[in-house]
Amino acid sequence: MARKAGLFDLRLVIAVLFAIYGVVLLVVGLGFTDEADLAKADGLNINLWSGVGMIALSAVFAAWALLRPVIVPDTPVGESSGTRG
Amino acid sequence: MPVLAQVDLRLDAGPLDYTLLAVYFLFVLGIGFLARRSVSSSLDFLLSGRSLPAWVTGLAFISANLGAIELLGMAANGAQYGMATVHYYWIGAIPAMVFLGLVMMPFYYGSKVRSVPEFLRRRFGKGAHLVNAISFAVAQVLIAGVNLYALAFLLNLMLGWPIPLSVVIAAAIVLTYTALGGLSAAIYNEVLQFFVIVAALLPLTIVGLHKVGGWQGLVDKVTGGPGGAEQLSAWPATELTGIQNPVLSVIGIVFGLGFVLSFGYWTTNFAEVQRALSAKSMSAARRTPIIGAYPKMLIPFVIIIPGIIAALVVPEMVALKAGDDSAGVVYNNALPALIGELLPNGMLGIAITGLLASFMAGVAANVSSFNTVFTYDLWQDYVRKDRPDEYYLRVGRLATIGGTLIAIGTAFLAAGYGNIMDYIQALFSFFNAPLFATFILAMFWKRMSAAAGWAGLVAGTLGAVAVFVLAETGALDLPGQGASFVGAGVAFAVDIVVSVVVTVFTRPVPEERLVGLVYSLTPKEDRMHSTTGDDAGWYRSPLLLGIGVLVLTAVLNIIFG
Repeated sequence: MARKAGLFDLRLVIAVLFAIYGVVLLVVGLGFTDEADLAKADGLNINLWSGVGMIALSAVFAAWALLRPVIVPDTPVGESSGTRG
Repeated sequence: MPVLAQVDLRLDAGPLDYTLLAVYFLFVLGIGFLARRSVSSSLDFLLSGRSLPAWVTGLAFISANLGAIELLGMAANGAQYGMATVHYYWIGAIPAMVFLGLVMMPFYYGSKVRSVPEFLRRRFGKGAHLVNAISFAVAQVLIAGVNLYALAFLLNLMLGWPIPLSVVIAAAIVLTYTALGGLSAAIYNEVLQFFVIVAALLPLTIVGLHKVGGWQGLVDKVTGGPGGAEQLSAWPATELTGIQNPVLSVIGIVFGLGFVLSFGYWTTNFAEVQRALSAKSMSAARRTPIIGAYPKMLIPFVIIIPGIIAALVVPEMVALKAGDDSAGVVYNNALPALIGELLPNGMLGIAITGLLASFMAGVAANVSSFNTVFTYDLWQDYVRKDRPDEYYLRVGRLATIGGTLIAIGTAFLAAGYGNIMDYIQALFSFFNAPLFATFILAMFWKRMSAAAGWAGLVAGTLGAVAVFVLAETGALDLPGQGASFVGAGVAFAVDIVVSVVVTVFTRPVPEERLVGLVYSLTPKEDRMHSTTGDDAGWYRSPLLLGIGVLVLTAVLNIIFG
């Protein structure tokens, strides 16, 4: 039953999605925010700051995925803890 | 039908917002297609081949519960009752999640059962199994329908989409990825959904707090508002329970919500436990609910606080809170109303995506647990035994489709209640409250007989129904959520009494059949997890992690008590 455990790295999927979201919001926050948008969010440029936050989240997941890649075990999955022989 | 708002809650969504939403849908479907490659057996499809790491299953564990009803309902409770709503998290989830990981998971994961009903079959035989498998399957389809309805209602309110169209589109997306990639696709998407939901709610909370003048401004405004200062403290929550006496209210919270209702839900609901069963090792399975408990502890800050803020800054919600419901808003509108009030295009798209993501997390969890119970516990056990595995893989895919179609049909059953949470709580107290009593006896009392297994469940469920009927007809006067707490308590007590009495008069299950299922008959090494390789390190110790989250939760209770 020794099959591959990991299908694809979810951490990279999360990193890519939030990189896209982060960059879009950053651009909108920097270049396309008018007074009305600012007034709505009580003076905060929330698109800009959320974009920065999402890029940071993306970077954390990308770094985690690159530093600790998925290692496919060569022993059968679950052999260490199963009770059924 | 909930009162349709005369007030305009229509969000000003532009092309940018729709683009962000579309990007998310592409990712969700992409995960479904990628996950499909790993599905080659029914166990892969229905239980992810027991291969997932603990952080993935742990986040999926709470995301599966973070449906649209949870979000809207808890924000609504925040707007209506204030900080007392945190009990649904701190008392109503954390202790039960830690208990599941530390005490019960060794029997669930160690016995290699594929579902919660299957545990009952191995422990008690067919009676209890059939009762639980059927009630669970029915409940999941009902709840999936409630989730679908909540989403369609929300889309109609915020974006003006017709309700039938939104039901079908959303159901089609969930169906596509769960039918393709099975539980792996559902779980991977739940993890993605968790981050999108946080990415939507955290900025909303920050803008909201900024708007009311920071934390101190929030405190001042709530204190000066119609709810008064008591809405800022979690205890004794007399408004939430509907029990006037503060001491009895605290007892109601701790025993009704904290013990019976929450333990029943978190430790025996297969939609939750399934996430842990898909973990790659005993250690990872035990850590699943405990890792989930950490974000669960913090998430009320980005759900309940926006609810409270909505009742302070959205004019129609302020009026509603002051007792004037002429504007036509209901508390369930709190979260979308605040989003419309505060977020500009861009973040608005993320927020809409987050709400949609949370809806899909809920429905996918319902559907992916329904198909497993249907395939393994109903079809394989009672209809067609001993077929090759490909047959059951096909049944699993067809059950996914069938379950989704029934959920679309039941979506409109949800319509009769103003506060959707009441409806869900009623369902939980029927099906879940007696379950915990049966499981705890089953795992720790080897004498408990097979007949006691099903008799206790049936009697407990009837007890909960009786309380519900008494409360609905007015014979029992408990407004708020009090009736669910009492119903759950009655179900628990009736189940214990009936199980014990029936056991005394019936034959016990032979001990050799109970190895791995009952504490005193399971060798210690079978209950322990490995501490080597991927399971090594003090920070991967379930006990240490569990104690950590309990201590932190106690501290939060003191700060916000």
